[in-house]
Amino acid sequence: MKIGVPKEIHEGERRVATTPDVVAQLSKLGFTVAVEAGAGAAASYADEAYEAAGCEIVASASDLWAQSDIIMKVRAPEGGEADLLRSGQTLISFLWPAQNPEMLKDLTARGVTAIAMDSIPRISRAQKMDALSSMANIAGYRAIVEAAQHFGRFFTGQITAAGKVPPAKVLVIGAGVAGLAAIGAAKSMGAIVRSFDTRPEVKEQIESMDAEFLMLDFEDEDGSGEGGYAKVMSDEFIKAEMALFAEQARDVDIIITTALIPGKPAPRLITADMVASMKDGSVVVDLAAEQGGNCELTVAGEVVVRDGVSIIGYTDLPSRLAAQSSQLYGTNLRHLLTDLTPEKDGEIVVNMEDEVIRGATICTGGETTWPPPAPKLSAAPKKAAPAPAPVAVKEKKSALGPIMAVAIGALALLGLGSVAPPSFMAHFTVFVLACFVGYMVIWNVSPALHTPLMSVTNAISSIIVIGALIQISSADNMIKWIAVFTLLITSINIAGGFAVTRRMLEMFRK
Amino acid sequence: MISAGIVTVSYIAATILFILALGGLSNQETARRGNWYGISGMTIALLATVFGVVTNNYIELMTALVVGGSIGLLLAKRVQMTEMPELVAILHSLVGLAAVMVGYANFMDPSVHFTGVELTIHDVETYLGILIGAVTFSGSVIAFGKLSGRIGGKPLTLPGRHLFNLGLLIATIWFGREFVIDSAAGAGITPLMIMTGIALVFGIHMVMAIGGADMPVVVSMLNSYSGWAASATGFMLNNDLLIVTGALVGSSGAILSYIMCRAMNRKFLSVIAGGFGTGGGATAASGGGEDQGEVVPISADETAELLVNSKEVMIIPGYGMAVAQAQHIVFEITSTLRAKGVNVRFGIHPVAGRMPGHMNVLLAEAKVPYDIVYEMDEINEDFPDVDVSVVIGANDIVNPSALDEPDSPIAGMPVLECWKGKTSIVLKRSMATGYAGVQNPLFFKENTRMLFGDAKETLEAVFKAL
Repeated sequence: MKIGVPKEIHEGERRVATTPDVVAQLSKLGFTVAVEAGAGAAASYADEAYEAAGCEIVASASDLWAQSDIIMKVRAPEGGEADLLRSGQTLISFLWPAQNPEMLKDLTARGVTAIAMDSIPRISRAQKMDALSSMANIAGYRAIVEAAQHFGRFFTGQITAAGKVPPAKVLVIGAGVAGLAAIGAAKSMGAIVRSFDTRPEVKEQIESMDAEFLMLDFEDEDGSGEGGYAKVMSDEFIKAEMALFAEQARDVDIIITTALIPGKPAPRLITADMVASMKDGSVVVDLAAEQGGNCELTVAGEVVVRDGVSIIGYTDLPSRLAAQSSQLYGTNLRHLLTDLTPEKDGEIVVNMEDEVIRGATICTGGETTWPPPAPKLSAAPKKAAPAPAPVAVKEKKSALGPIMAVAIGALALLGLGSVAPPSFMAHFTVFVLACFVGYMVIWNVSPALHTPLMSVTNAISSIIVIGALIQISSADNMIKWIAVFTLLITSINIAGGFAVTRRMLEMFRK
Repeated sequence: MISAGIVTVSYIAATILFILALGGLSNQETARRGNWYGISGMTIALLATVFGVVTNNYIELMTALVVGGSIGLLLAKRVQMTEMPELVAILHSLVGLAAVMVGYANFMDPSVHFTGVELTIHDVETYLGILIGAVTFSGSVIAFGKLSGRIGGKPLTLPGRHLFNLGLLIATIWFGREFVIDSAAGAGITPLMIMTGIALVFGIHMVMAIGGADMPVVVSMLNSYSGWAASATGFMLNNDLLIVTGALVGSSGAILSYIMCRAMNRKFLSVIAGGFGTGGGATAASGGGEDQGEVVPISADETAELLVNSKEVMIIPGYGMAVAQAQHIVFEITSTLRAKGVNVRFGIHPVAGRMPGHMNVLLAEAKVPYDIVYEMDEINEDFPDVDVSVVIGANDIVNPSALDEPDSPIAGMPVLECWKGKTSIVLKRSMATGYAGVQNPLFFKENTRMLFGDAKETLEAVFKAL
């Protein structure tokens, strides 16, 4: 089958759906790839590079759309692009079916199989094709780069001959993929990074990036929703949260907001008052600008300055790192195509039994197949099962056991005591006491010493040699020789046991 | 010739020294002193017996002592640290054999005279001493075979094996009764021989039924048996030193086994009953049927790079490290990384390897300082801070399904939770399952990288890249 990659026509879009590296790997799956002339130019991939990778360069977009079986794009079709699609063709790109119901209806009517990269289910197996994560990662990184550009100071603290430079303080709100990428980038530039998220399970992730997790003094409310995304929080929670942000706004130099709730407008977290309270020259980067913005003053797609604070509302951050985004997006697409072509023969099979493909396919053969049934597994298990619980139950159950055991033991001892002669009982006393001494002495042994301990007890158990020594003087030749043999093997054990213990212990050193 | 009183006093001294030896061995600082206590105790006991009890045949005695002692020293010197479990097992078998021999000799000794209840008790003691001795002997020989690879590690599960064991037990009790009756009449050698045969079969069958993963428990259990055998012999010979020392060894071995079982969250009885690892077949198959995802391989160079760039590294050794003799190169890597400021630590699972404390011994041999070697309970909570965990030839002890799959054969066994760290690198020869025969979801986790190949060779490549 032939894959066509047209040039993106959305204004300012610099990304392209495939790169020369990816093309080489697609050919291995049996596909031929055609690229529209100049498609990769804005992302620094020249037509010649595509040609060298075995691509056909097609001059006109309409030719390309007409001759391809599969169309791979970044942005959803717009401005008449959809008219170029015909029945039986497959379209793979970001489609956002929830936001574009008209387009979904249109694609369905055309009999196109449309696979939405934004609808890939968030399960472990599908991570390699999760383009949203790839793009969010880039956006988070780029957000810091943009902030640095508008921030008139160092990120890192320095003590120079010309005076002391304090490190920049960065607050990252929302520690999803983008937030974590921003934390990492800011951290590596030397800033002090704090982060806040409504989902308590990301605390560990934030701390793993060496950033400080801002705790909200509030009774437990779990902000994790379906599929590892955040959900809407209660009013009291939001109030406490806003107080925290107001306090932080006065202190920090840069705020990066990444708070999004799927299918909802972005929550308003940074008010005009908070912006006014920030130091002059501070920067706010609003990654949620496209969904209305986390900051009240954000203007989507623009940088505005309010009260001396630059508020960056770019909605095309991944596109601003076009070469990187194209490479990662192209690889995500390739992983998806690998799953779509199980035979590696260049023929795609849209297997609706496959959870990932089912989730991403929004329409096929004239039928709308979106939204898919709920995913079976969420990315993170809600709560780890409390493992020790069953053990505790078992222990409680057996409370009667020890009592029974003690009772039986006592009876057995009484029975023994009533028949045994005193000489035996004297030995028996010694025996029982010795068992207890052994128990007391061994109980706290350090596990590292289990082996030496075993070999020393083994050596000590050759005390049985005393038995052989007692018998060796017997007048009976048979007994004498048995005793000699016993003596021989036990002395092997004595010498071997102690020597090997010594050898082992010599090796243990601090 | 010294008086009986002096002999007794020497025995008391020996007993105290043995207790001090065991006490000393429970702590690193005092372990060496403990071993010396043990040696002194044994020497005092031997000297007191030789000069206080033995009356003739000194030449044979000395010859046996010297020859046996030399063989023992030679064995101890020659043995590879990785073969330690086998050596300990075969030494146990000697104690078992000695108990059998002493028992028979005592039975045949015409100078021993008892009557009435005393005779019965003496007979029971003899019988028990030989029984435990024989079980210890054959069990240890099989354990030696299994540990040295001469016998396959898979548990042998005969149909109706529990019934078989029960039958053996009943037969043993019946022949015991026969023996006591015959012995009163001056005979009894036949039931004694038959019982010895049964005990040998029982010992073989018991250890054959136990899977390789449970070998550490078996070794320490046999250790306990050898103590009980000595103790029973002590009752037979009316010798308190034997009783006390045997009881010390017996109870310490039993407790050691119990500690091991607790570490694996398994019932002592179910380990003894054996068959572990066979029930896993069905569940392992169903587990394998699910889409586990794919494994991500990594090269030695990439591993080296990851290690250098991390702050916290945890090394988790398993039996594979012992097999590949990789402990020295592990130490080289450790010291190189530590010189570069990487905090390298070792996390040891209580049942890693084939013997209690197996890994500690190997690491000690490679001169890894013991204060960077940690036990599971000490370090399991630290894994979220660990950048790279290196799993060397371990499988079941890092299997997350022990925690989250209730029907897994290893469910409930505490494991090293290395997947909570940032990255785990698993060194493995292939994707084969561990001793428990369970597939390991760790290998399919997104933060796990597989480094395939012989542990020693790959680690040498990693070391070169460092």
